Amino acid sequence: MQNQYTDWKQALRSGLLGGAITVLLSLIGIVTAFSNTYIVNKVISFGELLIVGPIAALSLVAIQKARARHPGLLILTAIISGLTSGLVILALAGLGQVINLRAMFLNASNDLYAIYAYKQALVPGLLLRLLVSGLVGALVAGFTLLPGRIKAAISQGLLYVILVGLMGRLIGTVLNTWGFVAILFKWMFVANSLSPIGAIFLFLLTGGLAYWRYGRPKTKQITDPKKQKLVRWGTLGGFGLLLIFLPNILGMWFSEILDNVGLFILMGLGLNIVVGFAGLLDLGYVAFYAIGAYTIGVLTSPELGFFNLTFWQAFPIALIMAFLAGVLLGLPILKMRGDYLAIVTLGFGEIIRILVLSDWLKPWLGGTQGIQRIQRPVVGIGEFSITLQSQQQLYYLILAGIVLVAFVAVRLRDSRLGRTWMALREDEDVAVAMGINHVATKLTAFAMGALFSGIGGTLFAAKIGSIYPSSFQFLVSINILSLIIVGGMGSIPGVFVGALALMGLPELMREFAEYRYLFYGAALVAMMLTKPEGLWPEARHRLEFHEEETPPPEESEAVPESA
Amino acid sequence: MDNILVSKKVTKRFGGLEALGKVDLELKKGAIQSIIGPNGAGKTTFFNCVTGFYTPEEGEILFNGRNITGMSPDRVTHLGISRTYQNIRLFKNMTAIENILVGMHPHLKSWLIGAIIRDPRTVHEEAEALKEAYRLLEYVGLKGRGDMLAKNLPYGEQRRLEIARALASRPKLLLLDEPTAGMNPSETQDMVHFIQRLRDELGITILIIEHQMRVVMSISEKITVLDFGRKIAEGTAKEIQTNPTVIEAYLGRGAASGLGETAAKG
Repeated sequence: MQNQYTDWKQALRSGLLGGAITVLLSLIGIVTAFSNTYIVNKVISFGELLIVGPIAALSLVAIQKARARHPGLLILTAIISGLTSGLVILALAGLGQVINLRAMFLNASNDLYAIYAYKQALVPGLLLRLLVSGLVGALVAGFTLLPGRIKAAISQGLLYVILVGLMGRLIGTVLNTWGFVAILFKWMFVANSLSPIGAIFLFLLTGGLAYWRYGRPKTKQITDPKKQKLVRWGTLGGFGLLLIFLPNILGMWFSEILDNVGLFILMGLGLNIVVGFAGLLDLGYVAFYAIGAYTIGVLTSPELGFFNLTFWQAFPIALIMAFLAGVLLGLPILKMRGDYLAIVTLGFGEIIRILVLSDWLKPWLGGTQGIQRIQRPVVGIGEFSITLQSQQQLYYLILAGIVLVAFVAVRLRDSRLGRTWMALREDEDVAVAMGINHVATKLTAFAMGALFSGIGGTLFAAKIGSIYPSSFQFLVSINILSLIIVGGMGSIPGVFVGALALMGLPELMREFAEYRYLFYGAALVAMMLTKPEGLWPEARHRLEFHEEETPPPEESEAVPESA
Repeated sequence: MDNILVSKKVTKRFGGLEALGKVDLELKKGAIQSIIGPNGAGKTTFFNCVTGFYTPEEGEILFNGRNITGMSPDRVTHLGISRTYQNIRLFKNMTAIENILVGMHPHLKSWLIGAIIRDPRTVHEEAEALKEAYRLLEYVGLKGRGDMLAKNLPYGEQRRLEIARALASRPKLLLLDEPTAGMNPSETQDMVHFIQRLRDELGITILIIEHQMRVVMSISEKITVLDFGRKIAEGTAKEIQTNPTVIEAYLGRGAASGLGETAAKG
């Protein structure tokens, strides 16, 4: 009896929590804001998902924590959890009728209650809501009792329907650039969301796929080295082709995002050398980006009219400037470590930004007005030359930059110099005692990082054609640092993944309008909790984090109650 | 030139505290010599002065007749002095083989350009270095451990890896700071043999800081005793064992009369 009693309490607790989450999301205003953002057109909206989702999730928790094993009891537990959540929602709506909650919570409006009541009259509508909440619990319980294979199929199907439904508008944008292929898929989408038939089709397709793949080995191991080589080159070639045609596949809007992500990859690869390899925390990294961009600007802009060089004439000069700036910044901070280094570099970043902004240098650098009409890069010879102007054309320039920089970064990592950096990161005193000259080593790291950032700056200037001091905020340095941490410190593929996740995802999440950074922040926190070593950690770090991992002790919930 | 290392009146102060006071020491080429003394006697400080971590306020340190006083640690290493640490200081998150490769740093040349373009010389150099590193790994008895992270090696193997890393710079003089600390008797015995092998096979002069008297007495040709930063005795194991000043330093005033033998066995 003790068991069932604690299950009962657990169910109530989960239900209250689920209801509380829903109420919280409602009061923030997300539920109302997305009540017309349909996942499946006219059937289920994102707002509704935000109400039902927490209820379902917490019912699942109630079942998992339940001690009873009898299916009937489990279903009962889940229903109690669901009903409790429903009651919490009802309580909010009821309270809203008695006193005016809007004085405190702007979003506790009649619109919200109408959504709760399925746009019906309040009393029967809310009763329906309560019923649905209980039903959600029951469905979740039923789901857990299914065999694994069907569970896998259903969850995968649902996941894809929700994802595709949410991304409906984006997918629409992409499809529009495809012309004839688009017609094949048009029937699946209505008004930026999935059509009911499309949703069922997608659910069956992805769910079926999961059903079919369940229990099968993921990939066949290829043992023949010749075949292995073939496969590797094949994948690489395919990936290369994909990269080349990506702007054409995705269209204008996505190309712009790709360009932005690309610039951050470039800079991330550079900062990864400084922070990831050599362990020097640099918070003023944006300075070199600014130096690269402004050098191009000053040298090429006819508006300032000093030099009127072409992009490619100015390019090497910009790189030299960035490189030298790296050495210059490196010199005073050789003796500093950790926090002190971070503060000094931060100061350096601000100095550059303020110099660029200053009236004193305005005749040369344009002050707040920045520099316009920066020369676009021209590629090709004579008659066959073109000026890279559109986002799609510039994509190739940035891609070439990334390939070059990534190549250099890999080479450096696997060299004597790379080892030296890592030794310095691990233990500076001992590294020096091994005969490593820390002056030369640190300066090289700073200079290489600065060089890469400078390349990013030149391409940025070429991309937007005009530069302003506001593009070189401290936040840029932080973003680059974050993408390295998210991707995995010191990992080169991690930089790519980190940049895509940190710079690309928020763009894709435009669907969430002003709430996108809320979701984004939550996603980041969740990610750092589950994968502290980064999304794609360096092989060495993977060892570091997982070799000493011990299984967590068995959970002993409900012990306090029985005691 | 018979002495590989000579220190003349080396004095090191930290604020008001004199960690080393006028320490004279002569180390013969090809010898195994020990420094002993109670905790805080200045043994590790002396090592730090020799390797360039500290600059002594007074006195001179000569290595093969060359004055190395106040030289930076990396230059000292280039000249041929290498060391290990009391509390093992490996590059924990690097693999065993990488640790050794870092130790080879002074003998490799490639830098930025070589790393990027990988010219034949760099490729050759790296291949040779890797071969040498694996040879060293095997020499210290860690064959097959090359790809393990240093911090995941068992304690005794970490000690040996640290020695391998020190050997990688091809030192003429090796300073070992408590190489048998935390080892059981049989591991200690292995280490003693290993240190003797280093001298006999590689011809390296070795200076050891050691606490375990049994090790010190069995291995060293000459022993220097420090107490409160001053040299209080020097001589062979026999001489040190019966020296009343030494016994007093270890066990306190009055102990010298009866407990000498016990202290020596320690």
